[in-house]
Amino acid sequence: MSTKSIEISKTIISLREAFGISLTKISVKNKKILVLDADLKGGTGTHHFEKKYPNQFIQCGIAEQNMFSMASGIASLGFIPFATTFAVFTLRAFEQIRLQISYENANVKIVSSHGGLDVGPDGKSAQCLEDFACFRSLPNFTIISPCDANEMFQATKEIIKLKGPVYMRTGRSPITNIYKKNYKFKIGKGYILNKGKKICVISTGIQTSIAFNAIKILKNKGFNPTLISMPTIKPLDKNLIIKQIKNHKYLVSFEDHNIIGGLGSAISEVISDGNFIKLIRMGMMDIPGQSGEASELKKKFQIDENALIKKVIKLFNL
Amino acid sequence: MKSNKIKKFQQISNLSRIYTLISIYFAGSGHPGGSLSVVDIINFIFIKYLKIKNLKDFKIINRNRFILSKGHAVPAFYSLLAAKKILKFKDIFSLRNINSIFQGHPDTMYTPFVEASTGSLGQGFSYAVGQAIAYKKLKINKNIFVVIGDGEMQEGQIWEGLMLSKNLKLDNLVIILDYNKIQSDDFVKNISSIEPLQDKIKSFGCNLININGHSFEELDYAFNKKYKNKNPKFIIANTIKGKGVSFMENVPSWHGSVKMSLDQIINSLVELKAEKKLIKLCEKKL
Repeated sequence: MSTKSIEISKTIISLREAFGISLTKISVKNKKILVLDADLKGGTGTHHFEKKYPNQFIQCGIAEQNMFSMASGIASLGFIPFATTFAVFTLRAFEQIRLQISYENANVKIVSSHGGLDVGPDGKSAQCLEDFACFRSLPNFTIISPCDANEMFQATKEIIKLKGPVYMRTGRSPITNIYKKNYKFKIGKGYILNKGKKICVISTGIQTSIAFNAIKILKNKGFNPTLISMPTIKPLDKNLIIKQIKNHKYLVSFEDHNIIGGLGSAISEVISDGNFIKLIRMGMMDIPGQSGEASELKKKFQIDENALIKKVIKLFNL
Repeated sequence: MKSNKIKKFQQISNLSRIYTLISIYFAGSGHPGGSLSVVDIINFIFIKYLKIKNLKDFKIINRNRFILSKGHAVPAFYSLLAAKKILKFKDIFSLRNINSIFQGHPDTMYTPFVEASTGSLGQGFSYAVGQAIAYKKLKINKNIFVVIGDGEMQEGQIWEGLMLSKNLKLDNLVIILDYNKIQSDDFVKNISSIEPLQDKIKSFGCNLININGHSFEELDYAFNKKYKNKNPKFIIANTIKGKGVSFMENVPSWHGSVKMSLDQIINSLVELKAEKKLIKLCEKKL
């Protein structure tokens, strides 16, 4: 990616807000888009959409199993339903999603906020550390976790064009923009944010801005690792990963998710297909979270800026 | 309803029951009890409201729709299409076979003329709620008919959908309960009773009608009944599990998934006055 489209802007907005605003902008004159909400419009950002298009907004109540099955029925008649809730509550309807959205290849867009430790003080009941793992196992699903507001806007536009089921994770924390508005997002593509050597960090979603800052600090210290942003977790940009395997000694995956089943696992599948390299998976070490601010939790569970800096320096010195 | 019309319905139902049992016999597994109980309901909806003349008609958007949420009873639907000569009756005897389009539960991926993939209870009902919403948005003035089972009502999802249907004023949604009183393991009342059912349904705000689900006159009355409000319609169709075959009627073990013996299929077919060539077909396949 050209450096022209990379920028840390001063805009600070959460990914869920960015999603709600983006969808509202994109839906102008598109009567096919319906938003389904399970009593969490303020939490998912869809209140923006409801305000502008009340007739295209369906309040489903706290009843996710019914909501996701309904979404499939609605999609069967040509609409594009955006079924939205917290990430963890999509799992409550996992079996409905499996039979009626995944297996049906239904044109349903599932957009969830509150993924990972980024949830913060609500604690483990709301911190979904398993969504990528679950959705990765479902046929037909495309999984996207954008890293900033500009990417969120682009991704929202692209998933409307794509026919088929999508799972997209937003986020709760305010986040600075990495990309400029002219950035072109493509489903299934990873992006090199820094071209370095020996070590290649691959991050997704909200972790990308943390990694971006960590790389800046590392460069000041004289270390220059590669950084790849991987907004699409399925289908994974295998070619880009294989290229990095040839040019680097270590890969480091960096995600706000259990180390089992998410981005790290997806990369390890590429490696086990015969593209050998050592991979260090950074994420939640197969344990549940707890209450605390997102930054405190990421420090405690070692997926913050400092943890990545330390890990990369250690690998450089090996 | 005129008596000759009723007789015609009964003839189609009887043939559907015969085809249902033969296909389950050949498959070596399936759910005869709940298929036989729902035959008359499916027959009535299909002939009176779907008016499908050939398989292509299923592709029409603007029409009444039928969702079989109790998907394990799908042999009754395939058999009805065969009884109506929309399908060749011999084809449906590949039920549950490898590469057959006649899947064990309704599956839109393999069977283009089923309206929804169901089989996991509760889900088809919500899918129907979704289609009823879509029809309202599209201003299509047709109905979505969804058939659910009584054991299925133990799924919380059913009650989630009922609550919302009333809130969204889905008067285009017609829910028919095949109330045969038996589920997989035992009588519903012994597992987790859904009674007092009428009070429950009324309290959820549905327009309730309680009928004999094997009487075409009563079905006709229930389906025709109009209301001034915008609430969904809920028809409790009291039925008999295993209807038409005396040794299956009201016996929980015939829910499924059951392997029928040659004696059992022949006795059933004799009781249903099946053509001799069909009985011979079963004997030959042994």
